[in-house]
Amino acid sequence: MRLTQGTFSFLPDLTDEQIRAQIEYCLARGWALSIEYTDDPHPRNTYWEMFGAPLFDLRDAAGIMQELNACRATFPNHYIKLNAFDATRGIESLRLSFIVNRPADEPGFGLVRQEGPGRQQRYTTRAYATERPEGKRY
Amino acid sequence: MQDAAMNALSETAGPTENRAFDIHAAFRDSRVADVLAELDRELVGLAPVKSRVRDICALLLIDALRKQAGLSTAAPSLHMSFTGNPGTGKTTVALRMAQILHRLGYVRKGHLVAVTRDDLVGQYIGHTAPKTREVLKRAMGGVLFIDEAYYLYRPENERDYGQEAIEILLQEMENSRDDLVVILAGYKDRMDRFFRSNPGLSSRIAHHIDFPDYTDEELFAIAQLMLDEMQYRLSDAAVETLREYIARRRAQPHFANARSIRNALDRARLRQASRLFARGGPLTQTDLVTIEAQDLRASRVFGAGGNDA
Repeated sequence: MRLTQGTFSFLPDLTDEQIRAQIEYCLARGWALSIEYTDDPHPRNTYWEMFGAPLFDLRDAAGIMQELNACRATFPNHYIKLNAFDATRGIESLRLSFIVNRPADEPGFGLVRQEGPGRQQRYTTRAYATERPEGKRY
Repeated sequence: MQDAAMNALSETAGPTENRAFDIHAAFRDSRVADVLAELDRELVGLAPVKSRVRDICALLLIDALRKQAGLSTAAPSLHMSFTGNPGTGKTTVALRMAQILHRLGYVRKGHLVAVTRDDLVGQYIGHTAPKTREVLKRAMGGVLFIDEAYYLYRPENERDYGQEAIEILLQEMENSRDDLVVILAGYKDRMDRFFRSNPGLSSRIAHHIDFPDYTDEELFAIAQLMLDEMQYRLSDAAVETLREYIARRRAQPHFANARSIRNALDRARLRQASRLFARGGPLTQTDLVTIEAQDLRASRVFGAGGNDA
């Protein structure tokens, strides 16, 4: 099952050329980019691990693409996303976040039912991948 | 989609040999002419520098035309080294170079990142590489200007981290040639020694440009440009005094070409201000913009007792 999180997630995966164009758009607006990775695809897993330091003060996409490719080389089978942070006073939050790398095989989520008191049913979703320990999931 | 592909195909297959390329139109379109004219107008002298800039412009334009013709074009290496005495315009030309390369489409953003040893070399083991890479990333799409580059290499200290910075620089100069132009600058003799001890660096720099010292006449023209920019004027007597000042200043130690002239003018402005202040009374616009001979005469260069140069 294909993970859909963040911007563009219902589109086919972006090519490097398209990623570069998105980065240029962010830089033109003065947003700072950062790269994050994880192997836990659960939608409530908001805080992924950051790869390196946030990339402030860059003017061109080349430096970020270089960093992204370094991240892909280190974690070829992880989810990797690019975040664009807007530091404008009053906003000070992410403006754009999109997945740029995903595992070759995404097993998806299972629904777990739990019998509660009375006839109550509790539901939870669980990623099949997280049944294995971190680092061995994909 | 298919039509476009067909067109592209027929274009490459067609008789391209006889197609005429209008170099002048390309020159006009690239707006390089403006930059070159600006270079001529605002930078006095520096003939070898200007001719090299023109050569580079020509090469890049021809390369653009070759690309249109479907001929192979290897991106030329444009790393440069600027050597020359202090105040000969190395930083100014580097800034211009970023604009020119941007207009020619060789660099994508055309900004200049000026750094010195402090910005590249770290303080402890493992600090240098990330620091240097950070700077290189910041300079991507533009020009990295390393002032006084010879400080990177300190042969007297074998554990100096400067060598590491040089190695990373070398590697990136080779790998990210499309993303980055590196300009090293410094005094001639020290740069020569620096290149002799780092032959790898020297061979990766295609353009070694030497900035000659200015003649007295050129320095006077520079002074005129500076005054125009600051909206000041020299009185007729002051023109003669300034010429004399330049000739005398050159003979004294720590002469830094255009920088000395700028300092002299700044001090003349100070003296003009206090002269006007002391005189009191109503001032005309002419008073405000005119620098008199006595403002320059008070300088130490004339041995007139002033305590600054």
